[in-house]
Amino acid sequence: MKLTGAEIILECLVREGVEVMFGYPGGAILPTYDAMTKYPQLRHVLVRHEQGAAHMADGYARATGKVGVAIATSGPGATNLVTGIATAMMDSSPIVCITGQVTTGAVGSDAFQEVDVTGVTLPVTKHNYLVYDVEELAYTIREAFHIARTGRPGPVLIDVPKDVQNAVTEFVYPEEDIVLPGYHPPTYASESQLEAAVELIRQAKRPVILAGHGVLMSGATQEVLTFAERTQTPFSLTLLGKGGLPEQHPLSLGMMGMHGTAQSNMAIQNADLLLAFGMRFDDRVTGNLKTYAPDARKIHIDIDSSEIHKVVHADVPIVGDLKTVLNQLNPMLETIEHKEWMTQVRDWMEDTDDRDIIHQDAGDRLLAAHVIHDMWKATGGNAVIVTDVGQHQMWEAQYYPHQNPHTLLTSGGLGTMGFGMPAAIGAALGLKVPNVWAIVGDGGFQMTITELGTAAQERVPINIAIINNGYLGMVRQWQEFFYEERYNATPMLSPDFLKLADAYGIPARRVTRREDVPAAVEWANSITDGPVLIEYVVEKRDIVYPMVPAGADLHNMIRRPASPDSI
Amino acid sequence: MKQTLVALVENKPGVLNRVASLFRRRNFNIDSLTVGRTESPDVSRMTIVVDADAEQIKNQLYKLVNVIQVEEVTDMPNVSRDLALIKVRVNSESRAEVAQLSDIFRAHIVDAGQDTVIVEVTGDEQKITSMVELLKPMGILEMVRTGVVTMTRGAAILPRNGYQPANGQRTNGNRQNVL
Ligand SMILES: Cc1cc2nc3c(=O)[nH]c(=O)nc-3n(C[C@H](O)[C@H](O)[C@H](O)COP(=O)(O)OP(=O)(O)OC[C@H]3O[C@@H](n4cnc5c(N)ncnc54)[C@H](O)[C@@H]3O)c2cc1C
Ligand SMILES: Cc1ncc(C[n+]2csc(CCOP(=O)(O)OP(=O)(O)O)c2C)c(N)n1
Ligand SMILES: [Mg+2]
Repeated sequence: MKLTGAEIILECLVREGVEVMFGYPGGAILPTYDAMTKYPQLRHVLVRHEQGAAHMADGYARATGKVGVAIATSGPGATNLVTGIATAMMDSSPIVCITGQVTTGAVGSDAFQEVDVTGVTLPVTKHNYLVYDVEELAYTIREAFHIARTGRPGPVLIDVPKDVQNAVTEFVYPEEDIVLPGYHPPTYASESQLEAAVELIRQAKRPVILAGHGVLMSGATQEVLTFAERTQTPFSLTLLGKGGLPEQHPLSLGMMGMHGTAQSNMAIQNADLLLAFGMRFDDRVTGNLKTYAPDARKIHIDIDSSEIHKVVHADVPIVGDLKTVLNQLNPMLETIEHKEWMTQVRDWMEDTDDRDIIHQDAGDRLLAAHVIHDMWKATGGNAVIVTDVGQHQMWEAQYYPHQNPHTLLTSGGLGTMGFGMPAAIGAALGLKVPNVWAIVGDGGFQMTITELGTAAQERVPINIAIINNGYLGMVRQWQEFFYEERYNATPMLSPDFLKLADAYGIPARRVTRREDVPAAVEWANSITDGPVLIEYVVEKRDIVYPMVPAGADLHNMIRRPASPDSI
Repeated sequence: MKQTLVALVENKPGVLNRVASLFRRRNFNIDSLTVGRTESPDVSRMTIVVDADAEQIKNQLYKLVNVIQVEEVTDMPNVSRDLALIKVRVNSESRAEVAQLSDIFRAHIVDAGQDTVIVEVTGDEQKITSMVELLKPMGILEMVRTGVVTMTRGAAILPRNGYQPANGQRTNGNRQNVL
């Protein structure tokens, strides 16, 4: 079968099981866009800005576990992808980006819309390719998908010059196994490592599991639960680990770190054993490294050997796939109890509960934490939530307990404002469910607000909840705490979001009173044939508690003042 | 402390760039980095001398898809060689002195001009550094060093991680050579 390079690209995407691609056309990628007319089984979603395409592919990938695909033209199209690629890289999200490039003969000549995209994206991709020969195209695409989804997942970019897309060749799909001499993701642990781990686990009196994003990527929910229950070990989650384990489980401590629960951080600081399961000790998680978990020995299980000893020294390092390793480890363990430790942990939990804003009356102010809590109730805790970045993201993490994997998608490592709404579009198209919620701030929403057009055109049934506090709230919080309340460049004027939604033909509502939250959620849920928008007008001067100031000791949290009127 | 790593990498365009970019963005200080061909046309070999945590560098290098094998050889018995070309100003007296020094260091005078000579010296880093020190007073006009290449002694070779050069079959139709 003779095919053009463009057709080979699409043929290969079909064989990778791709159903939807997010992209934007332009000169250098036009042959591929033209060939799409022959592949109706591949849905193309026209975005409004290529950053949106990358976030959508990312959201699709995080929600479904499958590789997301973004397509852009050369030059500005490709550079617009970069923020989205870096976001995916930091959070190990598998996406494949295909970019058009100027013709092979023109490469290097500063041709029209030429950018060295493989050079630009080198530090923010797991791997990338510039394909000079149509004969290499099919194999390269297979390789790219393989690299994106295996081992520690990540973004892969394929840059395809226009003449390569136009070149015609006999197409034979490469069926044989992919052979990459320098790429061998590890899987299981050695006997001696497991024995060393078992030894530490048996000795531990005050163990804590640190469950990270790796639990989700490895699909190890059941294995970690078995471990936790058998050894009666409480577990704390990273932001990206949320959903990996049921947060309403009696052993759950909630999130750890800068805005984590007090019980998590206290348990970590007082632990004598940390079991780091697929997490990378981000600085938002550890605080001051010098005083981090001073009495704890560490067992670190990670698929990426470079994460071992990178930040925290591991007493027992295990490089492997978490699920595989725990399936080896669990049978070696008998039932263990830590009664005293659990009593202490429960005391911390009760103290947290006493201070919880949820039990405090806010008068006639609408607090974001209350909104999220009520949204949690009204959605039965079952929605797929995609957040943007800022205070609302942290309140989501604190007040929306997740029970099921892949139900919270959020930009953690790069903290990319503008991620929320486009990622929600990708998630909704991947999952084909109507209960995907984008919870976004007024600031971040306006960074990719343009994708409202995409949601409207494609009738994507997302529910957008804007937490409008009139501020770049998270930055305002830092200014209040650390810059003597000089609120420079954080008050933000927004458009009338209802009128804006109306301009796009998107149904919208504004909520200013707490009692209206459930009805608004119900109303949004009743609309399933396209996007819906709810604007929550919330208290402007609110603070996310607790907070560990950047670089401070993890146990030195700024806690919520006890009296309700000083919220 | 200085550490020496030897890496086998796929001989493909851009691989040196990937390695160099990694060192820069991870803030690893490179003392020297050399890259050259090997017995196999598909594989290049790098010798990297660094002043940083060798284990972390090794693991980071492994994250590059094109890196086949990395070994830290600092503490293994090895042969390390650096080559320098040194252009020295000479007059009728110092010409003989340079010749004499070259003899002692088993270096060669590879070019002799009216009032300059080029000395070529090979050896481990220390030997070259001592030679440079002795030539300095005469006036070094120009110098270039290749950077260190290292090979472990004895029968031990760098394992290839089961690496087999491509057989030309594993690809789209008529493709001849993948690498
Ligand atoms: C405003 C803001 C505030 C934040 N505050 C907090 C906070 O308070 N608390 C918090 O936790 N985070 C917080 N974050 C997020 C934080 O920056 C990090 O993104 C997050 O802690 C990383 O979590 P992780 O290590 O679990 O995930 P990742 O960074 O995704 O790391 C996952 C790890 O799992 C490994 N892995 C992948 N697959 C497997 C497998 N199959 N088997 C074994 N291992 C595997 C990977 O190699 C990697 O080491 C905040 C972010 C923002 C933007
Ligand atoms: C692209 C980008 N620019 C800047 C920042 C820094 N930043 C982090 S949170 C934040 C404020 C977010 O404001 P908003 O979206 O209104 O959310 P809020 O904190 O008010 O809930 C800013 C500016 C960022 N994370 N991403
Ligand atoms: Mg805001």
